[in-house]
Amino acid sequence: MAVNTPKTVAEPVVLEGEHSASAIRWAMLAEFWYYFRQNRGAVVGAAVFTIILLVAIFAPLIAPHDPITQVRGAFLKPPVWQAGGSWEYILGTDPVGRDILSRLIYGARFSLFVGLVVVTISVSVGVVVGLIAGYFRGPLDTFIMRLMDIILAFPSLLLALVLVAILGPGLLNAMIAIALVLQPHFVRLTRAAVMAEKNKDYVMAAKVAGASRMRLMFRTILPNCTAPLIVQGTLSFSNAILDAAALGFLGMGAQPPTPEWGTMLAEAREFVMRAWWVVTFPGLAILITVLAINLMGDGLRDALDPKLKRS
Amino acid sequence: MKLKSAFAAALLAATMMSGAAAAKTFVYCSEGSPEGFDPGLYTAGTTFDAAAHTVYNRLLEFKPGTTETIPGLAEDYQISEDGLEYTFKLRPGVKFHTTEYFTPTRDLNADDVVYSFERQWKSDNPWNKYVAGANWEYFNGMGLPDLLESVEKVDDLTVRIKLKRPEAPFLASLAMPFASIMSKEYLDKLEADGQMNLLNQQPVGTGPFQFVAYQQDAVIRYKANENYHNGKQKIDDLVFAITPDASVRYQKLKAGECHLMPYPNSADVEEIKADPNLKVQEQEGLNVAYLAYNTKVAPFDDVRVRKALNHAINKEAIVEAVFQGQATPAKNPIPPTMWSYNDAIEDDAYDLDQAKKLLEEAGVGNFDMKIWAMPVSRPYMLNARRAAEIMQADFQKIGVNVEIVSYEWAEYLERSKAEDRDGAVMLGWTGDNGDPDNFLHTLLGCEAVGGNNRAQWCNEEFNSLVMKAKEASEVDERTRLYEEAQVVFKREAPWATIDHSLSVVPMRKNVEGFVQSPLGDFAFEGVDLVE
Amino acid sequence: MLQFLFRRLAVLIPTFVGVSIIAFAFIRLLPGDPVQMMAGERVISPERHAELSQQLGFDRPIVVQYLDYLGGIVTGDFGNSIVTKRPVLSEFLALFPATLELSICAILLAVIIGVPLGIIAAVKRGSWFDQGVMGVALVGYSMPIFWWGLLLIIFFSGVLQLTPVSGRISLMYFFPPVTGFMLIDSLLSGQSGAFKSALSHLILPTVVLATIPLAVIARQTRSAMLEVLSEDYVRTARAKGLPPRRVIGLHALRNALIPVVTTIGLQIGVLMAGAILTETIFSWPGIGKWMVDSVFRRDYTVVQGGLLLIAIIIMVVNLLVDVLYGLINPRIRY
Repeated sequence: MAVNTPKTVAEPVVLEGEHSASAIRWAMLAEFWYYFRQNRGAVVGAAVFTIILLVAIFAPLIAPHDPITQVRGAFLKPPVWQAGGSWEYILGTDPVGRDILSRLIYGARFSLFVGLVVVTISVSVGVVVGLIAGYFRGPLDTFIMRLMDIILAFPSLLLALVLVAILGPGLLNAMIAIALVLQPHFVRLTRAAVMAEKNKDYVMAAKVAGASRMRLMFRTILPNCTAPLIVQGTLSFSNAILDAAALGFLGMGAQPPTPEWGTMLAEAREFVMRAWWVVTFPGLAILITVLAINLMGDGLRDALDPKLKRS
Repeated sequence: MKLKSAFAAALLAATMMSGAAAAKTFVYCSEGSPEGFDPGLYTAGTTFDAAAHTVYNRLLEFKPGTTETIPGLAEDYQISEDGLEYTFKLRPGVKFHTTEYFTPTRDLNADDVVYSFERQWKSDNPWNKYVAGANWEYFNGMGLPDLLESVEKVDDLTVRIKLKRPEAPFLASLAMPFASIMSKEYLDKLEADGQMNLLNQQPVGTGPFQFVAYQQDAVIRYKANENYHNGKQKIDDLVFAITPDASVRYQKLKAGECHLMPYPNSADVEEIKADPNLKVQEQEGLNVAYLAYNTKVAPFDDVRVRKALNHAINKEAIVEAVFQGQATPAKNPIPPTMWSYNDAIEDDAYDLDQAKKLLEEAGVGNFDMKIWAMPVSRPYMLNARRAAEIMQADFQKIGVNVEIVSYEWAEYLERSKAEDRDGAVMLGWTGDNGDPDNFLHTLLGCEAVGGNNRAQWCNEEFNSLVMKAKEASEVDERTRLYEEAQVVFKREAPWATIDHSLSVVPMRKNVEGFVQSPLGDFAFEGVDLVE
Repeated sequence: MLQFLFRRLAVLIPTFVGVSIIAFAFIRLLPGDPVQMMAGERVISPERHAELSQQLGFDRPIVVQYLDYLGGIVTGDFGNSIVTKRPVLSEFLALFPATLELSICAILLAVIIGVPLGIIAAVKRGSWFDQGVMGVALVGYSMPIFWWGLLLIIFFSGVLQLTPVSGRISLMYFFPPVTGFMLIDSLLSGQSGAFKSALSHLILPTVVLATIPLAVIARQTRSAMLEVLSEDYVRTARAKGLPPRRVIGLHALRNALIPVVTTIGLQIGVLMAGAILTETIFSWPGIGKWMVDSVFRRDYTVVQGGLLLIAIIIMVVNLLVDVLYGLINPRIRY
């Protein structure tokens, strides 16, 4: 889904020089936690996210059934509290007799995995490209930024859809496509931050001290741009989950019988009027996960953003 | 629902239009948008339903519910002794539609017929390239450019078609949608106005319904042809409500927003059958799914190995798992709705002991093989991989290890043609014109080795039977030859025949006169709504 | 001002060329030979294959094909659909009003509800109202709208039987399109009940499509408003004893709306992406559904032309937003 509206991301935290001792690091962390804790929503989000993470990791231990095995004679069983439901299938079964709860539990793995991979790819590529653009400027910068403009000129979901059509439907290709459409935001952010930092005294000092270009870019400047990147990273995490589910829903993401939430919804569509549970639960799982991450994102922004702290 | 007030409004509008008693409107929830309204340009059934079966007629038509041909715009025809000359007598007094955009000044004549073929055939015809990418898919696909010698007007109501060689299936081709007869007068007018594109948007034909309007991806409207040569239809208006989603189609049918729908979800069929307001018609589709061994490569060059594997395929299980029962196991390479289907043939029973015994007789021990599974869902095989997995499990039990392979669709089609291909290919076929030749010769003839004949199977006995049937003009004679060919096929087992899908058509209880077509068409000539 | 416009246009042109190259290249990268794809199970001879490739122009050097395509675009020729063989542009124009009508309704709904909510939340910062609105906004922002649409269908169409499941208007009404906007056309047609029918078909898709923009606009308005309220001039106005309504209405609001306008502009891309899902769920005959269908049908020329046309629309809208931004923000001088 295309909720990649760039949010207002604050100026990066400026620290005095790069030679921050570990004591300063600890102080920073403590300060961060202090502000993060202020935001009740963020703490709840983090707690829910941790639970989902644990569920994903221990899926084989928690899930009552195999997510793929089809049980003949258990087609479309309703959830336990409805007439005809049983404790055997707490959230009911899908049209081919698979336990929905187990599929949701395993599905958490796919969604978190998608988020993680997409953010890793788009952050690492975006940061490197953005650093290069911001540091060197000139025609290279113009070229890179034009390229990013081009990617941003397409609606992200549409671009991802076409990309997946080219690469072939599947979860891996969906991740690549989503990473590609999300990555311009990181390029722009990094570039802006680098340009703001580049001429500051501490960078100049490091330059005069004879630091190499690589060192200047990655060791001196980059750590001072991390705050907005972390916030954008969180946002991208939830966007990636939504986009992957949307692609799955359109039939271009994970392929059946993978218990990916969006794909589950796509398979459930024909039962909209007959079995509400096969439609309701996968979407609820997506919503809860994304909401938890976004709550965390809001908290992170508040904690890392000095401007909002002030107000 | 707001149906009542809406219905009242519609009634009002309809009475205002016709000035008569309540008009009967038949709504068909179709599964997709037509590609266009010139049936010659396209190959999709959806397009033929919207363009060919409503607006147009052909020289010959398929008898409803069968694949036999009956007279259409041609009242009668004669075939010369040598099978090379066909003379068609046209029905006199057939009127083209009078619409808002065209008023005909004359009845159908031989010029219209000749022009309808020439526009697809002759590259110097002004209509041959009237839209970019006009390929005349079926005209070429049925081999007419190589077959036709000439199409001439003898007099106003007589057309003579000469062939380069005798070919009986040619008659069935004439009943296909691409052979729809256009009005030369209309075409000339469009050409003179420089608006040739409109032919594909505002069709004028002689069919039971005439075109009124099309809103893209939403609705097509037709009204009954007042001057139809078989009499005016019992329904006054025909509406195609384009509804791609099967569950939505079903919702609309249940709510009475449409009267008939194609392609229900197989999961819904039980419920539909139980609904007191609805009824269904069922019939095998004109298709077959098969597993083609490569008969040129060991160990499949030994008929006993092929037979053994055929005995090890559990078709019932495949039909259940892939189609939820909406298909029938296939024993012959042609579907049961086709004439000459040999019902006397005994299928290779699912019998693993028998399979093992045959493998031992052939002297092959355990071996490895590949099964190719299509990457796409087709009407005859909704999920090839699932079917392949079932075969894999069974073959394992007789000591045959299966590796399932797949390629991207175009690549799959291309690679599976190779004569030295490794492994057995799953594929299928949907018939074009209902002639057995379209299956038996096209898919299993010697000419098709390295092409459509995925089994690379050239059997002289079979081939000569099929070739003889192609040239014979008597249907009885042809039937006999094809029945015999099926016996040879079964004995030699170049394929494992898997299934024919079942086509289910749900409709409201008050629909009468709808005849399901084995060709998969949805044609509404003769349909009525009763109270 | 004029100079600014020229500068923006100068950037727009290379971007457009880049977009066209990408759209063009994509299609060449789609797997599968299009000619083979059209033939399906039917085998076509090599000669026929070559003939078709030539007719469709696939046999020429790729650069020639591209330049040809670019030349066509300048004259408004985006090629013909491989499937329907109709011009891509005319299909686009036939379907675009449906998407536009839906998008306009959605954005109006989002602004009409989102902006006041954001303002009130900011003014009553920290109240239960603020927390409630922001909580709901975050849920809306996190919503998988394809699921949201299905839920609404289950409830309003399935359980309550209030709204229709799909389409733009009941089949019982028939009138030729004049503006392409069903709401207006149904009024012009003069058929009683037609407008009501069109409206009832529009409601659910509008709600679904408006969900995310609504959430974003509410959040954005609130934070912009908060920022403005803490500015010195607002505090001065307050200190001078101006009534709060006047302070908020006159001073704060005008300045707070500036970033909100940008946000609304940025929602166009979001709307287009949302339209893909919304139109698919509600069988809404617009360009979102058209694009999805074309991707599945492998209608190369439509995907290519559609991508390009949509990108052009987004670029032009962004340009307009920038200009508008300049007009309402006195601090920006060109």
